[in-house]
Amino acid sequence: MSTPTLEGHSSALDAAENTAAHLVAITLRVRRFNPEVSADSEWVDYQIQVDPKERVLDALHKVKWEIDGSLTFRRSCAHGVCGSDAMRINGRNRLACKTLIKDVNPDQPITIEPIKGLTVLKDLVVDMDPFFQAYRDVMPFLITKGNEPTRERLQSAEDRERFDDTTKCILCAACTSSCPVFWNDGQYFGPAAIVNAHRFIFDSRDEGGEQRLEILNDKDGVWRCRTTFNCTDACPRGIEVTKAIQEVKRALITRRF
Amino acid sequence: MATEVSPADELQLTGSSAAYSPDNPAPVIEPPRARTKRTPRATRTNFELYGWLFMRLSGVVLVVLVIGHLLIQLVLDGGVTKVGFAFVAGRWASPFWQYWDLAMLWLAMLHGGNGLRTVINDYAEQPNTRVWLKTILFTAVAFTIVLGSLVIFTFDPNIR
Repeated sequence: MSTPTLEGHSSALDAAENTAAHLVAITLRVRRFNPEVSADSEWVDYQIQVDPKERVLDALHKVKWEIDGSLTFRRSCAHGVCGSDAMRINGRNRLACKTLIKDVNPDQPITIEPIKGLTVLKDLVVDMDPFFQAYRDVMPFLITKGNEPTRERLQSAEDRERFDDTTKCILCAACTSSCPVFWNDGQYFGPAAIVNAHRFIFDSRDEGGEQRLEILNDKDGVWRCRTTFNCTDACPRGIEVTKAIQEVKRALITRRF
Repeated sequence: MATEVSPADELQLTGSSAAYSPDNPAPVIEPPRARTKRTPRATRTNFELYGWLFMRLSGVVLVVLVIGHLLIQLVLDGGVTKVGFAFVAGRWASPFWQYWDLAMLWLAMLHGGNGLRTVINDYAEQPNTRVWLKTILFTAVAFTIVLGSLVIFTFDPNIR
């Protein structure tokens, strides 16, 4: 006695199984670097068949799992939350896991490079230490005085709204590595660190705003921003990064005058 | 199989000509001036704040001063052909134009000098390069301001 099943396939099932009909041929042009082979990085083309509704990360997976296992890149959650897979796709900083193949013109080779301004360690993996050092330097944690309340630190909805935009940051480095000032001078804090300082400076519960403003008032702080808006364009979370930097500048000026 | 590379040769090898291996990886290219734990901490001055504000305020004033200057010198009342020793002498007889030109000289030199200072900060990688470029810049700005101010106030229309 076997489980009763439908004899034959329905047309919908046939269509679903015949996935090859959806696939398009694309070329992934990846900037590869392996210090154990050569000091030069080089462009390597991979021809693959993918569904255009899939993401660039899926295409990279296909290359790594089926063609060349030595291709190296970072990804963790693969759903736009962890911020591991920021890379330069067709010359723009994006998350590979949030970029659909159909949105990056699959008729042309899709170029994939590591993000700029940080040391490339291998293929698409860069050294994020300077980025996180800048993040640490703005003290991205709640600073308070006095006794700890027995329950939550309450905050009105309006006070929460004040810094809502900058709480969305996932530290993917897409903004900082799109900043031309950061490319030339890595001592600059960079947009991401300023966004995370903004998140606490404008938090009504926090009392370390003065210290953070003092840090960002320095020569490598917000005054190096040239408002080129590259960071706002690059942010995969849609944070208005340049606006946040301008708000910190305004806070510094109104504090002084 | 790694080729034997003596430390002296290692520096000479570049690109694909070198025999790199897991034991002898190629040097990675570090960006200039990366932020590290040793990056100096805040100096706690407001210099950059004042610099940033000065650029905005002087820019607005300079728009008026420079466009007025260009109109008077080059467009109105006969254009550039009228400009000569007598024309300048006539204008500098009035303290208003003396102070107009003085304000334009000071603001333009400081505005441009500060702009170049930020360019140097952005693009000069080595600390020594930065110091030298800024020294040259500061000298040029100071020299031009001093010389210009001196000419405006000691100008003698009867010089022969």
